[in-house]
Amino acid sequence: MKVKVCFNLNGVPTEILVNPEMTLLEALRDIIGLTSPKCGCNHGDCGSCTVMLDGKAVKSCTVLAATVSGKCVVTLDGITPATGLTPIQQAFLEEGAPQCGYCTPGMVMAATAFLEKNPNPTMAEIKEGLSGNLCRCGGYDKYAKAVKDVADGKYGPVSERSE
Amino acid sequence: MAKNGVGARKTKYDGYGHVTGKTIYASDVKKAGALICKVLRCPYDKARILSIDTSEAKKMPGVFDVITKDDVPYNRFAMVPDNHVLAEEITRFRGQPVAAVAAATKEQALDALAKIKVEYEELPAVFDPEEAMKPDAPQVRPEGNIHMYQVGDELKDTRIIRRGDIEKGFAEADYIVEGRYKIPCIEHAPIETCASLAYMDETGTLVIHSKTQGVYFVMGDMANVWQLPMNKMKFVGNTLGGSFGSGNSVMTDHIAGLLALRTGKPVSFQLTRKEEMMASTISTPWIFEIKDGVRKDGKITARYIHVLHDCGAFTELGEYASEKNANLVAGANYIENLAVDSQMVYTNKPASGSKRGFGVNVGQFAEQVQLNKDAEACGISPMEIRFINAFHEGDHTHAGDVLRAVSTVETLQGVAKMADEKLDDKYLEMSSREVAK
Repeated sequence: MKVKVCFNLNGVPTEILVNPEMTLLEALRDIIGLTSPKCGCNHGDCGSCTVMLDGKAVKSCTVLAATVSGKCVVTLDGITPATGLTPIQQAFLEEGAPQCGYCTPGMVMAATAFLEKNPNPTMAEIKEGLSGNLCRCGGYDKYAKAVKDVADGKYGPVSERSE
Repeated sequence: MAKNGVGARKTKYDGYGHVTGKTIYASDVKKAGALICKVLRCPYDKARILSIDTSEAKKMPGVFDVITKDDVPYNRFAMVPDNHVLAEEITRFRGQPVAAVAAATKEQALDALAKIKVEYEELPAVFDPEEAMKPDAPQVRPEGNIHMYQVGDELKDTRIIRRGDIEKGFAEADYIVEGRYKIPCIEHAPIETCASLAYMDETGTLVIHSKTQGVYFVMGDMANVWQLPMNKMKFVGNTLGGSFGSGNSVMTDHIAGLLALRTGKPVSFQLTRKEEMMASTISTPWIFEIKDGVRKDGKITARYIHVLHDCGAFTELGEYASEKNANLVAGANYIENLAVDSQMVYTNKPASGSKRGFGVNVGQFAEQVQLNKDAEACGISPMEIRFINAFHEGDHTHAGDVLRAVSTVETLQGVAKMADEKLDDKYLEMSSREVAK
């Protein structure tokens, strides 16, 4: 028995039919066809599937698709500007944080949600804030430093995210 | 001042794709109507398969194909082709693929897997490489647990490298320093698990979007498995979501490709995290025993190294790693009298894949710690012992290679500077260009 889910995806009203056991990650990747949320573990451990649900960073593999009705889901596709990059994306790129890049979409989402809540964080708070996102290439220091640089204004004002 | 780009900071050429999520990895490649492949894995470390019954699984809704070893045109693969695409009579490690299903949905594939009936007889297994060397150890493979190296026309249980007169070297030494170094199993654990998308294109060519690190490593190998000419296949390498050497071993291409050939439909096969951790190739254990003869002035007069590489259940890349290790394990030191005995043994673990240096770095861990012990015995600094024994231009390695463009001394000088380590003038004035001793 399929369930109808109506939600806002990256600013677009969206309606899909899902199996009750389907996760939000599977719905985004397999039904809608987005590829920016990655599947690294499917157990809520690695963070590569991180998206924003009503402004909060969540691991989409641990959210049932059927529970997002009426909510706002934002993936990396939804925050990437038409031209250029967000300060966090620019900082990650210039710092050389991504190596293989597979954890990066999740990192951008986690960092974006984190800075919205904590605009002036300490390095320790940043590391804590990104601790749910694993990077097997070992880019942690660069990711953390990039977030600090963004918080310190080195990449310009952090613009308001469009809902 | 950056010259020709050296020293200049450049943004990664594919970095824009990474930070925007636009980079497409093998696991992101989709094909409409693709079947989902799931694999039944052996739940025992070692077992005899008494029977496999796939008849019920084949009748399950949405199922297009169920295969076992009998359906694989050529069931052996890998660099040393002793690995089994799907398990034969005796399984060798927990998680070894036994059967594969292609179905319309993941749920249907998993339901069908549950209907495959396999009768196993569990057999004794061995995990410790030194235990596996014993004559009465459980046999991992019919050929015996100890790997036989091809030396000319002969098969030998030890890869031997000799230089100089080791006994004479030990006799000249003031100290004998011994060390034993063990490296455990390490899983590569890339964040993207291994994945393949296989389909027949409009020209009848089998196309594989693969998470392989070496398209040309695997093509000939897969031509063998599928019994397909290489001009009837096309491998597409994608950006890898981390690999660290795991992508040199085939984990999904062989089965996905075969199911695409058999069903005529696109087939998507991606390992779950559990499968990646349990059944993909790993960096298997190494045990190094090093015995050095050292003079009071820090000169190493003799070195004996015994290497035992635990290769896991199949040879895979173990022999390559073992060979490479044997040739480089003695480090960047000029040692007149040197002997290496390298052995490889099979255990009931996943097979030895390549991982970050094909056995070289693990050997260097042992060798570098041993050098510190040597320095301690002579009462000199770890830096000094490295300068005293460093390779120079034109030196021979223990394997007989003549070294050109040597920079051991300059590297050590650079390292000392970075570490704020004060060096004696004689080491600061030293050069790798000095004529070989």
